[in-house]
Amino acid sequence: MLEKALKGSKAYWIWVFALLGIITVGFSFYLKQLDFGLGITGMSRDVTWGFYIAQFTFLVGVAASAVMLVIPYYLHNYKAFGRITIMGEFLAIASVIMCILFIIADLGQPMRLLNVLLYPTPHSMLFWDMIVLSGYLMINLVVGWNVLDAERNSVPPAKWLKPLIYLSVPWAISIHTVTAYLYCGLPGRGFWLTAILAPRFLASAFAGGPAFLILLCLLVRKVTKFDPGKEQIQSLAKVVVYGSIANMFFFLCEVFVAMYSQIPEHLDHLQYLFFGLHGHGVLVPWMWTAMTLIVSGIILLLIPAARKNEAVLAVACIFTFIGIWIDKGMGMVAGGFVPNPLHEVHEYFPTFPEVMIAVAVYGTGFLVLTILYKVFVGVKTELAA
Amino acid sequence: MNDKPKIIIGLIIFFAVFTFPFWYNHGAASSAPEVKLTEKAKAAKQCVRDTEFMRKEHMQLLNDWRNRTVRDAQRIYEIDGKEYMASLSNTCMDCHSNKAEFCDKCHEYASVNPYCWDCHTYPKEKK
Amino acid sequence: MEKNRRSFLKFAGISVLGLGSLSLLDGLTSDGVIASSGQTSAEATFKTTANALTAQRWGMVIDTRKIDGGICKDMEEACHTAHNVPDHEEKRHEIKWIWETEYKHAFPEKTDEFLTERLKDLPIPVLCNHCQNPPCVQACPTQATFQRPDGIVMMDFHRCIGCRFCMAACPFGSRSFNFRDPRADNAIKHENPDFPTRMKGVVEKCNFCAERLAVGKQPACVEASQGALIFGDLGDPESEVRQLLKENYAIRRKQNLGTNPSVYYLV
Repeated sequence: MLEKALKGSKAYWIWVFALLGIITVGFSFYLKQLDFGLGITGMSRDVTWGFYIAQFTFLVGVAASAVMLVIPYYLHNYKAFGRITIMGEFLAIASVIMCILFIIADLGQPMRLLNVLLYPTPHSMLFWDMIVLSGYLMINLVVGWNVLDAERNSVPPAKWLKPLIYLSVPWAISIHTVTAYLYCGLPGRGFWLTAILAPRFLASAFAGGPAFLILLCLLVRKVTKFDPGKEQIQSLAKVVVYGSIANMFFFLCEVFVAMYSQIPEHLDHLQYLFFGLHGHGVLVPWMWTAMTLIVSGIILLLIPAARKNEAVLAVACIFTFIGIWIDKGMGMVAGGFVPNPLHEVHEYFPTFPEVMIAVAVYGTGFLVLTILYKVFVGVKTELAA
Repeated sequence: MNDKPKIIIGLIIFFAVFTFPFWYNHGAASSAPEVKLTEKAKAAKQCVRDTEFMRKEHMQLLNDWRNRTVRDAQRIYEIDGKEYMASLSNTCMDCHSNKAEFCDKCHEYASVNPYCWDCHTYPKEKK
Repeated sequence: MEKNRRSFLKFAGISVLGLGSLSLLDGLTSDGVIASSGQTSAEATFKTTANALTAQRWGMVIDTRKIDGGICKDMEEACHTAHNVPDHEEKRHEIKWIWETEYKHAFPEKTDEFLTERLKDLPIPVLCNHCQNPPCVQACPTQATFQRPDGIVMMDFHRCIGCRFCMAACPFGSRSFNFRDPRADNAIKHENPDFPTRMKGVVEKCNFCAERLAVGKQPACVEASQGALIFGDLGDPESEVRQLLKENYAIRRKQNLGTNPSVYYLV
């Protein structure tokens, strides 16, 4: 089926080569990082994780959100999603690849990555993260590819795929749970030390991921002959709004606990993010922007007339996606490190090379996504013809 | 099946690229460098193990040394009744103070790039 | 044709997978360190140095009543020189093993509006607490940071992959990361040939001078402390540190987190 990605219009090839160009430019910055060290980033002794790990956390959510298509289609027999479930699985593949690349970009000694396998350490959450992420990648590759292949040959998917599909449901939940456990099990970081971190991660994932998928559906309809379908997009929109409201609910729970109890270790981080602490507040405008975007997204999606207008829907999805991207990425990671364990404020903001390396990783993810979607759309249009 | 010429051309290109290192380096093979010993190393006659062992397994030995020293706090390496401090900088380099001649030459020839010296110090050599 | 190609690919794929998992199993089942040492040297043995200082659980008592800014400077100097700790100009790249801070930063949860005048301005030396229940060791995915039987939390710089999970896990901010080559730009003023430097991309921190204990010496900071730092065996009721703790009220940093630090402060 891969040969379908080798035949395309001029625009397709311009897009592919543009992505390759972006990847090359970003990669040159990565070479610089390899040579100099992670000192070219904005990270410091006090904020030891930054933009890379923020992107990683956010993208694990996008990957996990494929389950929002798998559950209705395979468990509730909601036929309409059969048309786009593979799009969700392929998006998960591209996202997990980006996650892995962001982890590698963040390592001080990337050549020693395999030490994680050489000295397996079950008490480290990072060990489990590696296992669930690579497992999720494999499951989605095998399921997505084989289901599409069966569709192409007009035969039902092989029987052995079924258990794998069912497995993918808890597995998707697990990847984001383990990602939350990376943070919420650390004793000295009050901002992350909350039992609803994993549920909140999942809620924001089920808003941000499907929001992005809606945008992809609209894009696919515009640039190809395949229409993911009106009903499908509307159903996804409902998933987005449920997810986004759950996310805000969890967030308000956090705010209540921190503000009502007024325990400094928990309160100070929120204070820093939304109002600034000891005169430092580089993230304040970002956080308020994020909140405004998420709330506007919810309002737009809640009004049926607005939701059904696909132009408004697109805007609402962009709002939701960017809002969650800021909140979950920058806010979540940097907010947990400021103030530091000695209660000093050392701020973080990504540097230009750091952003360029991240752009290159996104470029790689989009390239993978482009190729996979090209194959998908190719098979679909071939069947329709 | 009218792709025969394409396939054959493709195979030829693949074969050429695949074997590139062989014919590129053909006839250019240089002989293995002789290891130069310092006077102190010569006087000692034998290293912590015999020459044959050291030649083949010194990297493994150093790996053991560093693991035992760092992880088990066992810094003494005892063999044939003799004790050595398991230290690259202070034991090995004490005799083999000529890093450029003793270490680098062979490593360069074998195209290996051990990162020992990123952290461990070695005696400054006089040119 | 189609059929053959398929079965060939399947066969090849499974073979590769099988080979891959075999080597993985190999890694899982053999303890790299022990196995490899057994292979090379049947008759060679390793042992600890004869004059090494040993303990059940190393600990430190810091007598803040004997501390002043000068002593703090000396201790920091002694430690950082002994361990080739670089002094980078860029604040973000800073590396420190022991340093002085204010009471309100060392004990943020024990600060008080009406704190005694003496403590308010007193320099407090802080370092790795060598917790009995270390979160950094729990977090490390490669066991590059580990706890020795004598309680010292060590770094194996050879194994660290630089993920900095330990730094997120440490509740005391005791760890530093080599954001760049420590040897660059002459950041190490006087290189101590008896101790290695680090390479870029690994985490480092105080090691309770494990390399000095091995040759019968007290930690460098203790030696430079003019009696303000007392180092000894917390597991031995007769040791000086235990006597001091018996006779004086001592506090530890963030006791409430349950990491059980081995560094005590007399106030």
